Amino acid sequence: MEFFFEQLINGLAVGGIYALIALGYTMVYGVMRLINFAHGDLFTIGSYLGLTILTAYGVTAYLGPFAGVLVLIAMIMCLVGIIGVILERVAYRPVRQADRLSAVVSALGASIFFSNLVMLIWGPRFRVYPDDILPRITLNILGLDVPLLRILVLAASLALMGILYFFVQKTKTGTAIRAVAIDHGASKLMGINVNRIISLVFLIGPALGGAAGVMVGLYYGQVNFTMGWAFGLKAFIAAVLGGIGNIPGAMIGGLLLGVIEAMGAAFISTAWKDGIAFIVLILILIFRPTGILGERVADKV
Amino acid sequence: MLKHKNNIMVLAFSAAIFACPFFLNAYWIDVINNIGLYAILALSLNFIVGYTGLFHMGHAAFFAVGAYTAAIINTSFSVPIMLLLPVSGAAAALFAYLVARPIIHLRGDYLLIVTIAIVEVVRIALVNNVFGLTGGSNGIFGISRPEIFGFTIRRPHEFFYYIWAFLALSVFLFHQLEKSRFVRALNYIKNDEVAAEGSGIDIAYYKLIAFVLGAFWAGMVGNIFASKMTLISPESFNFWESVILFVIVILGGSGSIRGVILGAFLIVGLPEIFRQFAGARMLIFGAAMVAMMVFRPQGFLPPLQRKYPVHKIKPGDKTL
Repeated sequence: MEFFFEQLINGLAVGGIYALIALGYTMVYGVMRLINFAHGDLFTIGSYLGLTILTAYGVTAYLGPFAGVLVLIAMIMCLVGIIGVILERVAYRPVRQADRLSAVVSALGASIFFSNLVMLIWGPRFRVYPDDILPRITLNILGLDVPLLRILVLAASLALMGILYFFVQKTKTGTAIRAVAIDHGASKLMGINVNRIISLVFLIGPALGGAAGVMVGLYYGQVNFTMGWAFGLKAFIAAVLGGIGNIPGAMIGGLLLGVIEAMGAAFISTAWKDGIAFIVLILILIFRPTGILGERVADKV
Repeated sequence: MLKHKNNIMVLAFSAAIFACPFFLNAYWIDVINNIGLYAILALSLNFIVGYTGLFHMGHAAFFAVGAYTAAIINTSFSVPIMLLLPVSGAAAALFAYLVARPIIHLRGDYLLIVTIAIVEVVRIALVNNVFGLTGGSNGIFGISRPEIFGFTIRRPHEFFYYIWAFLALSVFLFHQLEKSRFVRALNYIKNDEVAAEGSGIDIAYYKLIAFVLGAFWAGMVGNIFASKMTLISPESFNFWESVILFVIVILGGSGSIRGVILGAFLIVGLPEIFRQFAGARMLIFGAAMVAMMVFRPQGFLPPLQRKYPVHKIKPGDKTL
C-alpha cells in the first residue's frame, strides 16, 4: 500500500510537468486548431537555457536556492515565451489561411529546426543539471517517504496552472482569448485584435513549457536534445485525454496520465511504460474522441 | 501537345535514371535505391493522404508489418523472399484494416494523432519482442536475398533494377487508378466530405479501402527493404520515418505522382548531397520545410487540373 501511494505521488509530480506542457498544446489548439509540433522543442530549449543560466551565472548562489530557482523559472518563461511569439510570426501566421496540412508540415519543420539548433549549440550528449541546487530532503508524511523535490515540482505546476486558469476565466484579456477560440471573425467584429491574442497565446503556452523544462532538469537531473519529442508527445496525449482546447482538461489529463504511467510502470511492465500512454490515447480517441472534459462539436455543414 | 511533351519528359527521366548504374559508384547507387524505396512508399501514402485527404502520419507501421512478416517467414521457413511479396502486402493490408476500422470515423487532427500513436505502439511492440517473434531491439537478421530465375540480387547495382522496376510498375498502376471512378470518389471525399456523403458515397468504406490499398503497397516495399538490408530492427520504423514520408507527399505535391517522386529525390537525396555540412543540414532542412509551406503550400509539383467531361445542355435537349 505504501508503494502504491509513493507511485501515486511520483505520478502526480511527473503529471504536473505533463500538464504544464499540455497547457501550451491545448491553448494553441483551442485558438488556432493547430497541433504545435514544435512545442516539445521549445520545452527542451527552456531546459537547456535554464542549465546555461544555472551553471554560467549561478543565480542560486546570490539568491539562495528557493528564490534563485523562482527567478530562474521566471527568466526562462520570458525567454521561451519570446521564442514562441517569434515562431508564430515566422512559421504559423503566414499559413493560417492555407490548407490544414501546410500548417502541420510547417510545425514539423519548426520542430526539426529547433531540435537541431539545440543539438548544434549544446551538443548531442546528455547534459547534467547541477544536483545541489535544491536541498535533497525526504519528508515523512503519514509514514510515507516523499522527496521534497516532488512536492515542490507538483506545487509549482499547480500554482502556475492556477494563475493561468484565473487569468483566462476572470480577466478581460482572458475573455478575449476565449472569444477568439470560439470564432476569429466574430471576435474581430467585437473589436478584439485577433493577431495580438494569438501572439499572447504563443507567449503563454511556450512560457509554461519552458518552466516545465527547468522542472524536468531539476527533477531528473539530466537533459538531452531529443527529450522534447518524448515529453511533447506525452503532454499532447494528456491534452487529448482531457479534451483538447480545454484548459482544466489539460490539467486533469496531465495529472491523470502521469499517474496512469507511474502505475502502469509499477504494476504492469516498465518496458511498456511508453506504450501505455499511446494505448490510452488510442482508446480515448476510439471511445470518447473529445476527451474527458471536451464537448461534442457538431460538424459544420 | 502538352501530353506529348510530358511523355518526352518521362522518357528522358527514365533514360537518365536507368543510365545511373553505368557511371555512379556503389554509394550513390545505394542512395538512389533508397530514393526509389521512399518514392514507392510515398506513392502508397499518397493514395491515403493525397487522393483521399486523410491525415495519416503512421505509414511506417504498415511498412514495418510487411517487412517483419517477410523476415519472420523467410528466416523460420526459408521461403524465397520474393514469393513473400504478396504475403507481406496482405499482412500489412489486414493490419491496416484492423487498426483503421475503429478509427476511420475520426476527422482531421484526431486521425493524425491516432495514427501517430499506432506507429509508436507498433515500434514499442517490436522492441518488446511481442509473441517472441520480432527479436526485440536487435531485430531479425539473416534474411535471404531475392532470387529471380536462379539469379541472386545482391549488389546495389542489381537492387537498383529491382527497385526501380518496382517503382515503374507502381507509377503505372497508380496512374491507371487515377483515372478510375474509385479515385474520383476519393477525390470527392477529399474536396467535400459532407457533399460526398450526401450524394450517396459510403465514405467510411472508401476511406477504409484507401487505407488497405495504401498499406498493401507499403507492405510489399517492406519486403523489398528487408531483403535489401538482410536485417531489420525496430528503429527503421519509428515515427520519423512516417514523418519523412508524409513530408515527401506534401512537399512534392499532394495527389500528384510526379510531385511525390520529385519529393523523394529532394527529401532523401538532398541531405545526402549536403552530408559534409553534418549538423547544420538538418537545421536547414527544418527551416526549408517552414519556408516551403509559407511560400508554396501546394508543393513543388501539384497535380494538374484534371478536366472531367462536362455534359452541357444544348437547346433542344430533353431535360427535366
